[in-house]
Amino acid sequence: MTRYFTPRGWTMLIACAVVVFAVFPVLNLVVPETSAFHLSAFWVTLFGKIMCYAIVAVAMDLIWGYAGILSLGHGLFFALGGYAFGMYLMRQIGADGQYRMNMPDFMVFLDWKTFPWHWTGSEHFWWAVFLVLVVPGLLAFVFGYFAFRSRVKGVYFSIITQALTFAAMLLFFRNNTGFGGNNGFTDFKRILDIPITTPETRMALFAITGAALIGTLLLGRFIVTSKFGRVLSAIRDAETRVMFCGYDTVHYKLFVWTLSAVLCAIAGALYVPQVGIINPSEMSPANSIEIAIWVAVGGRGTLAGPILGAFLVNGGKSVFTQYFPEFWLYLLGLVFILVTLFLPAGVAGLLDKWKRKSP
Amino acid sequence: MKRDAPPVPPVDRDAPRPWPWWPPARSPEAVAAATAAAQPSSDASFGSVVDGTLDVRHGPVLYLDGITVSFDGFRALNALTLTIDAGELRCVIGPNGAGKTTMMDVITGKTRPDTGTAYFGQTIDLTRLTENQIAHAGIGRKFQKPTIFERHTVFENLELSMKADKRVRKTLFARLSSEERDRIATTLAQIRLTDAADRQAGLLSHGQKQWLEIGMLLMQEPKLLLLDEPVAGMSDDETERTAELFLSLAGTHSLVVVEHDMKFVETIAKKVTVLHEGSVLAEGSLAEVQADPRVVEVYLGR
Repeated sequence: MTRYFTPRGWTMLIACAVVVFAVFPVLNLVVPETSAFHLSAFWVTLFGKIMCYAIVAVAMDLIWGYAGILSLGHGLFFALGGYAFGMYLMRQIGADGQYRMNMPDFMVFLDWKTFPWHWTGSEHFWWAVFLVLVVPGLLAFVFGYFAFRSRVKGVYFSIITQALTFAAMLLFFRNNTGFGGNNGFTDFKRILDIPITTPETRMALFAITGAALIGTLLLGRFIVTSKFGRVLSAIRDAETRVMFCGYDTVHYKLFVWTLSAVLCAIAGALYVPQVGIINPSEMSPANSIEIAIWVAVGGRGTLAGPILGAFLVNGGKSVFTQYFPEFWLYLLGLVFILVTLFLPAGVAGLLDKWKRKSP
Repeated sequence: MKRDAPPVPPVDRDAPRPWPWWPPARSPEAVAAATAAAQPSSDASFGSVVDGTLDVRHGPVLYLDGITVSFDGFRALNALTLTIDAGELRCVIGPNGAGKTTMMDVITGKTRPDTGTAYFGQTIDLTRLTENQIAHAGIGRKFQKPTIFERHTVFENLELSMKADKRVRKTLFARLSSEERDRIATTLAQIRLTDAADRQAGLLSHGQKQWLEIGMLLMQEPKLLLLDEPVAGMSDDETERTAELFLSLAGTHSLVVVEHDMKFVETIAKKVTVLHEGSVLAEGSLAEVQADPRVVEVYLGR
């Protein structure tokens, strides 16, 4: 199958795992801060954040690269996962907020006396995990069921997903929705009753994110190398033929669509405790479009390529916005146009071409 | 097991439903009717609701009655009535726009007729099933333009179309058995693509693509094959071998062939149907329909 699963690909995967689980912790926790080799918290958070994005990129690749369905609403599932976990983190603040009340500050500010119904159970970690998996999954399932059954395809599907995330953003911006309005959730203090900002907690979250990314990649590999994966790419290339072969394409698309949404939600839930904030701007249409750009830059239908794309684009963003913040969006647009015109298979396709020229 | 006694319909409503458990998009009555008529079959049903229920005891395998299809006022099919007998090889000819492709669309569930009935065997109402259910019931279709999976290998094309349990979970964990590999190898030999098994299907010649699509149909093990211009773009040699293949399939399979190549039709056809403006204009042997003045008029425009 795909070249990334050659012995060399496995070696690279193990090398990455070593970096995540050994090199980063040692450089960050063991090497003293005065040493030149010390890795600061800034880098740990940055890489942790980009790994969350990389999970989203792989999820997007499954649905876009393999099934040919371009979603411009994946930011919604990411943000929903983040909000579901953020509710738990808000409850963990306890009475340490600005107002010293056993309630999130924004609720005190709005003069609410009790928690709204959808906050029921949010003080439990297991309930938060359940919500992270179920709410975005259920939304994706219901939305996908009607969209795919009605045979909504191509650009129409993309536009509807874009509208969905935009509508959700407007809803979450409202104060009385109960999610902190435009400030969202921030100022987290603890996770599982452990202080959230200590280097050890930070590193633990980083390692869990790394494990989730590797798990997502392996799951993706299992799917695309199975017969299911071949049916999926056949749907992308000739859906009518797949139906006349006797496959119910609605079920196939629905399965991978829902899975992709759940993976995004997991990424969002890992993102929030590391970055320390979640607000409705995560649901803005531009964010969802950016996800598609990571995948296009990395290379559609290659699984590992989108991870590379997420690192390249977000790494570039971190550097570029430091020096020329106002030009970043122009550059991003330019990169997208250039990749579409000259690198239809993305960076992964380029690397592959080089490898073939010099075996 | 004796097959004489009418069996109890194998409907167990308390049994756990296989995943996916949500109801099919189209009416459950159709499914229930088809299941009630089901006979026990040595074939695995592969989770299909209508597999193994084809009843051709009364002769016809396909029965179209009064089918009308309109697109924006234009009647693509106009009260079309057509019967295909089990094991028959029927050629359908007609000028452009006569409704040949629309007829295939109706049979395969791609287009719903405005009025009329379409039955596969005695019991399966095609107008109530989805494309994939119809494919499972045993109707295979070859398109006018070869429709194969261009980015998959020839082998994978056959693997995907092979008769199997085609539900999501089974497909996710499917592994090719050695019998299945043998079946693919047999079909590869039959369509003369053994050497091209690992080639990307998009790289095949036009004639080879046509054959690959025919091979994909054969892997589905259909009872009725609908073939839309199967020899377009084939060399004389390839056309000849295709004719041989079709003649060998007739009898055990029923075939409906739409073709413009009259030489090819002459080679294979016993009975020819001429369509014109969405209904049957003439039916009979090729010589008979060619002698029919109405057919001559339609074709030559006199």
